[in-house]
Amino acid sequence: MAFVPPARHLLRAKDAADSRYFEPLGVDDLARAAGLSRAHFSREFRRAFGESPHAYLLTRRLERAAALLRTTDRSVADICFSVGLQSVGSFTTSFTRTYKASPTAYRAAFPPASRHALVPTCILRAHGRPQHRTFREDKDGALN
Amino acid sequence: MIRIANAQLWVHDQDEALAFYTQKLGMEVRADVTLPEMGDFRWLTVGPADQPDFAIVLMAIPGQPVMDPDTAEQVRSLMAKGFAGTVFLTTDDCQASYEELKARGVEFTEGPEERPYGIDSGFRDPSGNSLRLTEVRLPASV
Repeated sequence: MAFVPPARHLLRAKDAADSRYFEPLGVDDLARAAGLSRAHFSREFRRAFGESPHAYLLTRRLERAAALLRTTDRSVADICFSVGLQSVGSFTTSFTRTYKASPTAYRAAFPPASRHALVPTCILRAHGRPQHRTFREDKDGALN
Repeated sequence: MIRIANAQLWVHDQDEALAFYTQKLGMEVRADVTLPEMGDFRWLTVGPADQPDFAIVLMAIPGQPVMDPDTAEQVRSLMAKGFAGTVFLTTDDCQASYEELKARGVEFTEGPEERPYGIDSGFRDPSGNSLRLTEVRLPASV
């Protein structure tokens, strides 16, 4: 069997974030999915995908939350917990920073999303995931 | 009339890909031709038994003179990161196909879920290529 490129293992971690974001999943769990130590994993993930695993997981959760805000009438707290986040306060802060609008304001700005109906969900998820934003642009990720 | 005959997918290892696409996905081999006079280039294609006019080419990442080592490494890396392509498969019954493939050891990244366009699920081949498995059910209004 041919040598497996290291990035293939990192992809398993990225897939885990995409498929298990609604669980109480953290960077440690993603590192485990890749079979790497946490520090090594975070460094390699960033090198392969251009952002930290923490940022990837958070923006995946925010993308899912944004989709639920657009397409359901579920409460903000319910949506927060159902995308794997534990604190409504942190969720609202991260969401507002990322989308430049609070969850409720964001929801109010969108009409029913029926025009998306025929586009495969995997495409919507890949293209709808927001860029990670932080208050400390320089330091972010070195810690994650 | 122009029709689609084959579409190419890079794979990490042709034997591994062949086993996956035939034994796990249940496709049939359409062509498996090795050309010793061309550096043992292997033309390997598979397709669903019920769809004889379309095949996927399982293409090994070539060495020189086709591809220089740096380019080959870039393609290999893109594939391992999951950005080398996606195959969109359809099925009459997503849940049944999901159970069947899962029983054969396919690791799904997404189980069957209701979408506006039907029931959708997803998995990867051993190389990292993404495959979707969808039961298409278009809404009456579109």
